[in-house]
Parts: sequence; structure tokens; C-alpha cells
Amino acid sequence: MEKSSIRNLIVDDHEQGVFRVRRTAFTSQEVFEREREAIFDRTWLYVGHESEVPGPNSYVTRTPGGRPVIVSRDGDGKLHAFLNACTHRGNMVARERSGTARVFTCFYHAWSFDTKGQLIGLPGEDAYTAAFDKQNMGLVPVRLESYRGMLFVTFDAETVDLVTYLGGARETIDHMLDFGGEDVEAVPGAQNYSIKANWKLLLENSMDAYHAASTHARYFREYIPAMGMDPSSWVGGGGKAFVGWRGVDLGNGHAMIEGPALPTPLDASAPEELARIRAALDDKFGKERAHKIADYSRNLFIYPNLILISFWRTVRTFYPVAPGYMEVDAWALLPRSESEHLRQKRIENFLSFLGPAGLATPDDVAALEGCQRGFQALPDRTWSDISRGMGREPLNTDELQMRAFWRRWHAMMLGEPGPTDCSDHPERVKGQRV
Amino acid sequence: MSETMNRQELETFLVDEAALLDEWRLDDWISLMAEDAHYLVPPLDKPAGDYRNTLFLISDDMRTLRSRVAQLKGRTVWAENPKSRTRRLVTNFRVLGTEGDLTRVSANFAVWRFQLDATDIYVGRYEHLLRHEPSGWKFVERKAVLDLESLRPHGKLSFIL
Repeated sequence: MEKSSIRNLIVDDHEQGVFRVRRTAFTSQEVFEREREAIFDRTWLYVGHESEVPGPNSYVTRTPGGRPVIVSRDGDGKLHAFLNACTHRGNMVARERSGTARVFTCFYHAWSFDTKGQLIGLPGEDAYTAAFDKQNMGLVPVRLESYRGMLFVTFDAETVDLVTYLGGARETIDHMLDFGGEDVEAVPGAQNYSIKANWKLLLENSMDAYHAASTHARYFREYIPAMGMDPSSWVGGGGKAFVGWRGVDLGNGHAMIEGPALPTPLDASAPEELARIRAALDDKFGKERAHKIADYSRNLFIYPNLILISFWRTVRTFYPVAPGYMEVDAWALLPRSESEHLRQKRIENFLSFLGPAGLATPDDVAALEGCQRGFQALPDRTWSDISRGMGREPLNTDELQMRAFWRRWHAMMLGEPGPTDCSDHPERVKGQRV
Repeated sequence: MSETMNRQELETFLVDEAALLDEWRLDDWISLMAEDAHYLVPPLDKPAGDYRNTLFLISDDMRTLRSRVAQLKGRTVWAENPKSRTRRLVTNFRVLGTEGDLTRVSANFAVWRFQLDATDIYVGRYEHLLRHEPSGWKFVERKAVLDLESLRPHGKLSFIL
């Protein structure tokens, strides 16, 4: 794809306060292919949580960036990631979603690999010449790093380490994982669905408070009152909604919306236990840090395709399969040893809003699919406007958090370094490639 | 009061229920639920999971289900505006036994769904717990276990399955 075509995908005019994305960025096959090599091959991609591979020889299969991968533990409990393809002729060696295996055997010609990836057996080994080195025929390893149990892979040997990559978002991740005062685990039950829309529409949607009042009117104006609650802090008129909320650029394309925690149906369902946990956070982390952990809610975006939302304690990732089609995987991350009652209530709170059968997500799916259809109307001559809040300190109903993504995206698509600062500041500096 | 149900009665009950849903007669449909009922759709990777400790697709008690139905009758469920056309085939009826005043039943289903030029098929098995009340048979647990491996390309489940 020509650089001039990539450059022409975005208008970022600070003086005029205009930010627009040409809609071919969502529809073009060329853009889709360029994204795979320029972005998904160069970034850290979430593949799951350590609790999903709980013991020695356990594994899950995932397809980050469209590439089949095994994430597993060996017999000693050490974590690995491998390409899920036999080094002989390529058949997948693990064919289940998850399981335990001491040996991965490719059924095609019966080559077998141990849980450290070593080739340990093949029928008729004497047919090969001296050039055949069994030691070098192990499963192809993939770089894997864990941040507090969250597992990421990258297909790029040059990419900086995970902690450096997370950069300014790391502290927010800590805040979002520490809410129960103990380690979290992935709750059994995954939500694996799809949206007939470009993947970038879901990341915009996942940190967009502007759409809540209209797209999710039924949740806030019908469901919340039906739970005996007042929705005005969410959707009230006269400046009552989202008081104290803002959009934040966290650098390197990461971004979030953040503000004082708003009431959810969870609050009333386990008030005593939640109060106990809140008090314990003060003791464990000190009042100031506990305040940041417990009294704020956040929708956090980790570039390029990971979302954490504290209202519902979800982690969600999504991959393009085609310009107009993405696959979405979502889980709940909840404290390991909370009571059965609180666990059930948190799950109910999650499901009331989120997921392909929740009381909100299906409407997001409908909106995004509607956008993708709308884009078919002359995408090379029409633009998506993402200018909200360019002339002020950005609110959560503004669009800074999306611009932060798009600025990083644009630089990587162009093959240019940075910017690490993706804010609206005119003096925005270019940084090192991450 | 423990009533028994034979296969013919189960078939009549579930086929009539399917007609209510295909016709979007949701007030009539929800009147088939007992006061303590749950409406459940397990996750596709844990079809035998327990809704109390597993992230289901749907785990509605009656308070949430009443709200879900009220929303579906309005105009701001964008995922069901315009309303899907659905057609349900319900078959393979089985009365599995009684547990106290509850009758455990199962049936197979295939639901075709048409909306905005998309066609989606939801295939699975109903696993219900029924109770005979003065006004007739009621669902105490109404569970739709999907055989799908993922909701792809469906993307959503925005009508009553």
C-alpha cells in the first residue's frame, strides 16, 4: 500500500480542531492486509489469563492476530506459547479449545512434541539424511510474557518488553485488577462472538461514553429503574451525567475514560461484603491508592485491541478476519476467593449489560454493523468525524481516547516511529517505536 | 401437588410456547414462567456449567426477565428494531422424570432468525424444569443449551431463544 494513500486516511488538524478518518480505513482490503504486518505482527496481543492454564501440562488454543497459537504449561508448570502447526507439514497439533496433554501429537504423520515443544517422536526417523536435526524441529516458540497473570504474545523479536510496552497504562491496569484486594481469575465461560464490522469500530465503541444515552437508552432508562435505581448519574440531563469523568491519553496509543464510580445493580446486592472489601483495600494499599482503585471506574484500552471495563470486570479482545468482519472474545476477571454470593452477583451484573445476549452489547453490535453498511456509501469520499473535545479538556463523552488510538495506528501503518504522546497537544513529541 | 406430564402434553406445551415467541406475543409468553423462574442460556464452551459460578450468555431471574421482555416490546432495543422474523422447530420431546414437584423435560430446537438480510440458525436442546400450578404448567427453569461452538457469524442473541 502506497504511503501517500495511508497518509490520506487521516486529517489531524490541531489549529482548526478537526480530526477525520477516511472510511476506506474501515473497508479496504489493502488497509486490512497492511494492518496485519504493520500492527498485529509488531504489538503485544492478549491471549488469555494464567488461570485458564491452571496446572502442569494444561493448554488453551487461541488465534491472536489470526495466527493459531498454543498457550500451555510444561510438566514443571512453566508457561510457553507455540505456533499451533506441526514443523513437518503444518497440521495443527492441538485441536481442542483447551485441555491437558503431556504430548502434542500431529495425527497427520504422527509426529509428537513434548510440552516444552521438543520433537520427541516420528515414525521412520531413519528415512532422513544427516541434515535432519531433530533438536531444531520443535514447535516454533512465540514470545510470551505475563503481566500480573494477563498473558500476551508478540510475533516480533524486536518489540520492547511487555512492561515497557504497557508504559503509562500499567498503573491503570493495576488499579483495575486490585479491586478485590487479591489476584483475579478468569471465570469459567467465555463469550466468543463476532461482529460484521471493522475491528476498529469496536475499540472506538468500547471507550465511547457519548453513545450511552442513545444506544443504551433501554439499559439506563428501563433496566436500571427496574432494579430500583436512579439512572441520572449515567444519562441525566442538565449536566448531571458523568460528572467528573474525562478522556485520557496514556501514551503509545493506550487510552481510557475514567471518572467517579457510578451506581450499578451490583452495589445493592452485596453491600456488606463490598464494604468489607473496600475497608480491606485501605489497609492493604493505604487510603490514597485504595481510593484510586475502588472509587473510580474506567474503560481502559490497551493498544491495539484489548479492553478492560471496571463496571463489569470484563476483559475483551477482538481481531479482524476481513475488513468488515471481526471475532470477539470476552471473559470476566474476578477475585479468586470471593464468596459464592458475590461471585454470582458480579456475574449477573456483567450479563445484565455485556455480551452477545446482554441488555446492551447487542445494540452495540447492531450499531457497528450499521456503521459498516453505511461505510459502503462511497467510503473513499466520506469521513468519520472524531473531533469531539479537541478545543477543551476532553470529557469521556469526547473523542480524545479514539484520536490517541488513531494517531498511533497512523504512525505504525506508515512505518514511522511514535508518537508515544498521542494527545491533542500541539507540541506532541515523536517518540521511539514501541 | 405433583402432576405427571406425558409426552403428548409436553409437545403441546412447548409447540404452543414456540408459537407465542414466533408471534412476538411476549406478555403471553412470560405468563408461562413461575414467580421463582430462571431463564438460562449457558456459555458455548461450558454447556453444563452452573449459572451461579459460570459466565453464562443469559442468566435472568424474573426481575431481569420482566425488564428484558418490557424492553423487547418497546422500540429502543436497536438489535431487534426492526424485529427479527423467527421460525422455531421444536421436536424430540422427552419427559425425563420428576424431582419433588418438578418435572424435568427436554426437547431439541432449531430456530431460524432473519433480519436485515442476514440469516442465522440457532440449534440446541431445551432442558427445562416445569411445575404444575393452579393455572397450568409453568417453567421453573427454562434453559436453552446451544450446540453452536461460537456465536459466529450470529454476533448476538437478542430475541428470546
